[in-house]
Amino acid sequence: MAETQIKNFNLNFGPQHPAAHGVLRLVLEMDGEVVERADPHIGLLHRGTEKLIEYKTYAQAVPYFDRLDYVAPQNQEHAFVLAAEKLLGIAVPPRGQYIRVLYCEIGRILNHILNVCSFAMDVGAMTPMLWCFEQRERLMEFCEAASGARMHMNYFRVGGVAQDLPPGLLNEINAWTEEYERCLDDLETLLTENRIFKQRTVDIGVINAEQCFDWGFTGPNLRASGVAWDLRKAQPYDAYAEMEFDIPVGKMGDCYDRYLVRMIEMRESLKIIRQCVEKMPGGPVKSTNKKVTPPTRGDMKQSMEALIHHFKLFTEGFHVPAGETYTAVEAPKGEFGVYLVADGSNKPYRCKIRAPGYAHLQATEFLSKGHMLADVVANIGSIDVVFGEIDR
Amino acid sequence: MDQALKELAEHLRDLLGDRLLADQVRLGELMITVKRDDIVPVLKVLRDDSNCQFHQLLDICGVDYADESPRFEIVYNLLSMTHNTRVRVKVRTDEDEPVPSVAGVFATANWFEREVWDMYGVFFSDHPDLRRILTDYGFEGHPLRKDFPLTGYVEVRYDDEQKRVVYEPVRLTQEFRTFDFESPWEGMERVVLPGDEKAEAEPESEAS
Repeated sequence: MAETQIKNFNLNFGPQHPAAHGVLRLVLEMDGEVVERADPHIGLLHRGTEKLIEYKTYAQAVPYFDRLDYVAPQNQEHAFVLAAEKLLGIAVPPRGQYIRVLYCEIGRILNHILNVCSFAMDVGAMTPMLWCFEQRERLMEFCEAASGARMHMNYFRVGGVAQDLPPGLLNEINAWTEEYERCLDDLETLLTENRIFKQRTVDIGVINAEQCFDWGFTGPNLRASGVAWDLRKAQPYDAYAEMEFDIPVGKMGDCYDRYLVRMIEMRESLKIIRQCVEKMPGGPVKSTNKKVTPPTRGDMKQSMEALIHHFKLFTEGFHVPAGETYTAVEAPKGEFGVYLVADGSNKPYRCKIRAPGYAHLQATEFLSKGHMLADVVANIGSIDVVFGEIDR
Repeated sequence: MDQALKELAEHLRDLLGDRLLADQVRLGELMITVKRDDIVPVLKVLRDDSNCQFHQLLDICGVDYADESPRFEIVYNLLSMTHNTRVRVKVRTDEDEPVPSVAGVFATANWFEREVWDMYGVFFSDHPDLRRILTDYGFEGHPLRKDFPLTGYVEVRYDDEQKRVVYEPVRLTQEFRTFDFESPWEGMERVVLPGDEKAEAEPESEAS
């Protein structure tokens, strides 16, 4: 019997699919069960953040950054306030820097918990999700204690943070790090040597260092391919220069290594959190520059000057001298950059947001070509995409 | 830091010759402006030269300077992990002049250029797949241009009678409000106070 010619068929994956991690529409061209071509359609969550920021003052722009990568909002706020501080040329007092580093690491753990657990669920393990979300909830309580909001903190300000931490919170965070260490151990017993998990992830979506450079990979995805590059070490910002931690690197650059790198990174983050708690300096939490930092309530009742400053800062906002900067931070997903162009007014002229997930998702086709359909899910899970930041 | 960047700028001047139009170190960041048609060879040189080794193209973005000509600036942000430095390469273009695509030099440029096309309408020549990326299927206009209104032109809703999503012109229940909070005090020398214009207008009217 003559062999029948089977036509490739197209498969629409998403946008409403739990393994698409949000609103990804992936048009797959399949040869049987093997992926021939993958064309991600993005933009279903596009809200025009960059356009909106051009119409808002610098202080009003900060909350938009929470809503980009809504899994780890702190790190993105950090990038924007660092960029604005650089243009303004103001320094942040040490306590402000330490609090920001502390919350950035909390953000990193928030992100890695969600990624590792949902990735595990994508490849068939339900339990990690149930165990770790309890820990995530604890972290959100810490966010709530500091800023009043569980998820979208809007806590970082140009010049420091919005307010000081409540008394006793640092001890609570410190106690939690011990508890979380045990949770991580449990998680590793479930996943790291798990036969099914390894069968689904080892040697899937392999990318080497050269290809990583070509595709603009940063963060854990790059480190999993054996490149020891971390902006917290290479170009330290805020108090990271004073922290001691290691950079985990992978060897193979496959899904399994990306998982391992994230697991170890969480332990390193715990180290940084402990150091922050231990070395937390006293003093003000935000810059004392009255033209940028709003006065306290108490001052406003006493001082005419403070009242004027308060009024001006919350209507007009501060003016940022003309200039431009590309400032990047090591967000949990990779290099999160803000290219900020100021024209001397109270609003950014242009604020381009460089989201790490955008570059990573682009490589989906490269990673998935020749793999089975089920491996596409593993690939998407392991490169850690969140559509808030990709679509902006 | 600045010293190292100045040396790098010096090196780039030798390396690129007359392809380089301007270089500048500000706020500890190096920016160079090159000719539009040379962007592909320039990025290749920046990537492969042993003193540069900018192996990563992290970002391409457009900026719309609506009052200038040519109005668009395309900005390439590069990173060298070997030397731990960044450089920003800029080219200028307008609505009609295409920019050569660098997708052949850095694979990651593909989507970034699609985004610039989508947002600003800057055309990239030799791009493998120049489609819109972030906006809706069938979207018209380029939303990040300064002359594109913040509220856009169309809005969508689900029409229960037609049983589908319909597109309609934007209807604002309240007029779009822009508050101009800019202080009049700081720019005092440029501001014309009400009545001041008469001081200059009067002698003219007498003469005529």
